Amino acid sequence: MGDAKVIPFDEGDRRRARESAGRPGEPGGPEEERAAGGAGGGLDEALARGFAFLRRRLTGAYEVDEFGFDPELTDEVLLRLLRPLYERYFRVEVRGIENVPAEGGALLVSNHSGTLPLDGLMLQVAVHDRHPARRQLRLLAADLVFRLPVVNELARKAGHTRACAEDARELLDRGELVGVMPEGFKGLGKPFAERYKLQRFGRGGFVATALRARVPIVPCSIVGAEEIYPMIGNSRVLARLLGLPYFPVTPTFPWLGLLGAVPLPTKWTIEFGEPIETADQPSEAAEDPMVMFQLTDQVRETIQHTLYKLLVARRSVFF
Amino acid sequence: MVTTGGPYALGGSFPRGDGGGKVGSRQVRRVDRTVLVTGAARQLSGRFVRQVRRHPAVSRVIAVDTRAPGYPLGEAEFVRADIRQPSIVSALAAHAVDTVVHLDLGPAPGPTGGRAAAKERNVLGTLQLLGACQKLPTLRRLVIGSSTQVYGHPGRGPAVLDEDAPPTAAGGGGFAQDVAEIEEYVRGFARRRPEVAVTVLRFAHLLGAGVDSPFAAYFRLPVLPTVLGYDPRLQFLHEHDALEVLGRAVAGPGDGAEEGEQGAALGPGTYNVAGEGVLLLSQAARRLGRPTVPVARPVTPWLGSALRAAGVRGVSAEQFASLAHGRVVRTARLRAALGGPLEYTTAAAFAEFAAAHGGPLSPEAVTRALDRVEEVVRRG
Repeated sequence: MGDAKVIPFDEGDRRRARESAGRPGEPGGPEEERAAGGAGGGLDEALARGFAFLRRRLTGAYEVDEFGFDPELTDEVLLRLLRPLYERYFRVEVRGIENVPAEGGALLVSNHSGTLPLDGLMLQVAVHDRHPARRQLRLLAADLVFRLPVVNELARKAGHTRACAEDARELLDRGELVGVMPEGFKGLGKPFAERYKLQRFGRGGFVATALRARVPIVPCSIVGAEEIYPMIGNSRVLARLLGLPYFPVTPTFPWLGLLGAVPLPTKWTIEFGEPIETADQPSEAAEDPMVMFQLTDQVRETIQHTLYKLLVARRSVFF
Repeated sequence: MVTTGGPYALGGSFPRGDGGGKVGSRQVRRVDRTVLVTGAARQLSGRFVRQVRRHPAVSRVIAVDTRAPGYPLGEAEFVRADIRQPSIVSALAAHAVDTVVHLDLGPAPGPTGGRAAAKERNVLGTLQLLGACQKLPTLRRLVIGSSTQVYGHPGRGPAVLDEDAPPTAAGGGGFAQDVAEIEEYVRGFARRRPEVAVTVLRFAHLLGAGVDSPFAAYFRLPVLPTVLGYDPRLQFLHEHDALEVLGRAVAGPGDGAEEGEQGAALGPGTYNVAGEGVLLLSQAARRLGRPTVPVARPVTPWLGSALRAAGVRGVSAEQFASLAHGRVVRTARLRAALGGPLEYTTAAAFAEFAAAHGGPLSPEAVTRALDRVEEVVRRG
């Protein structure tokens, strides 16, 4: 944002400026510390910033990394769109953010639920907004995400990539914070009755990747996401027809159409656990199945116990 | 530095020439290399023919194609031959060729002809050429100008591909499959003739001010059709860098002449060749200043064929497939071999192209328009 043009400000035109102030993107909440402008020129500065942003976007003067991550678009547009959902709708409470390293590679491992992967997106907002270093979370997503038009494009621009060992390793080696949800579709599409019961953690490939990259594993537990779409059934016929891993049936979906796809306004808590260091493991640990199983279990148990602890402490699903 | 253990220790193998003059304190052996370049009528190949002649170790350059190139080849000798015909064997043997640079590969066979002709020229041409090379006792070095399209259109697999990534068997034919088959034949050849140093260069999309490549043709369209809901990551290679890398590959390790101003030489092996960094298609279109029109994906094969039939260059069903999924390759191996990155990044190669072929919505024009709007909003 450093190249915002300085434009002389006319005293008599506050009226005009006020008219155009109704548009979104005004500083608020976590944006306050970034709006470093003085008290008087706040509006004007926002305008100048807005135009500088538009100028950069429309002339292509921004950078993307090799994975297609567009940090500016993510910061200024995508996260802004998610923030109301994060702050107002799910009222996410974050604990233990200090367990996420301020720099260097780290692997964030979280439970996965909610029929639609909203938990991943909220986790991204939580890490970015609550962490002092404003870290960007690079999530590893399912193949399906990258097969869908529009979704694949947005996922890449938001910094996510396909869940495969090569990409994870590359990102970790570059010192990025990588997020993975090893339950995958088993967790995302589990029935309501199984909520907060962690599914199998794949084959533990994420542990091997973290061991090879010698980065800490940060266990992360998300409470609240499991109730946003109470999935009471799964239409296998429709799922197969549409090429999806499952087709959710909830009390409202698909009966009420798109209205039924509005998630329930549950109250969320995200807790980051203490990092599990891998740097002290011997280098051949990644090839040792016993070490891998043990570490996988340790991560899984930590997340499961934190989930139970948070559930016991929770007053209600919605408050 | 490059290992000198490669099978091509040129200084010792060819003690011909003027006996080697003393330059400073170091002895530089002058060697007479005979380089044969295929596809001379193609743009990149033609430019390479003219450039490689200036290499101190190269004494003769033989350019081969079925049609005469549309530009002077300088001192190079032109041989009209079809690499698909057995006559290529005699052409190779008659000139005692020691280095073959195969650049006669491309998605289009030439000015005329369709997909089938292209495939025949790519795959059968290479097969025949390799057969001829196998019978050539003087051959020491083979350089193949391949393409990063060998990785197919990776809808799955890693986002950044390195040389060891398995070439996805791109079903449905197309240039990607041609390249995959060609590289398979080349690997077979390398097994049968282990003393020949084989270098496979996988070039990204070529771009530059005067370059005639499928992507250059695409970016010269007045309106750029894109695939709705997809914004591919693109990597470009400047023509200058492509020629540079080809020159280094021909120089070969152990060649005394390359030590000086020519820089490090490329050893045998497979290398991804692409500019550093990526551009998204939407970003490239904005930097170029041309409007885009998104087309729904199911319509694209049909539209591609229709536009192609109508004589519009730069769009085809295959091009649309490239426009849906990007292809990004890791260039660490090339960087290590060359001792540094290529001169042009992807963005720089594209910027040069944009300067020459920019559209009406150039960044300057857009900036001016936005300045005016801002002026109006602020002052009323």
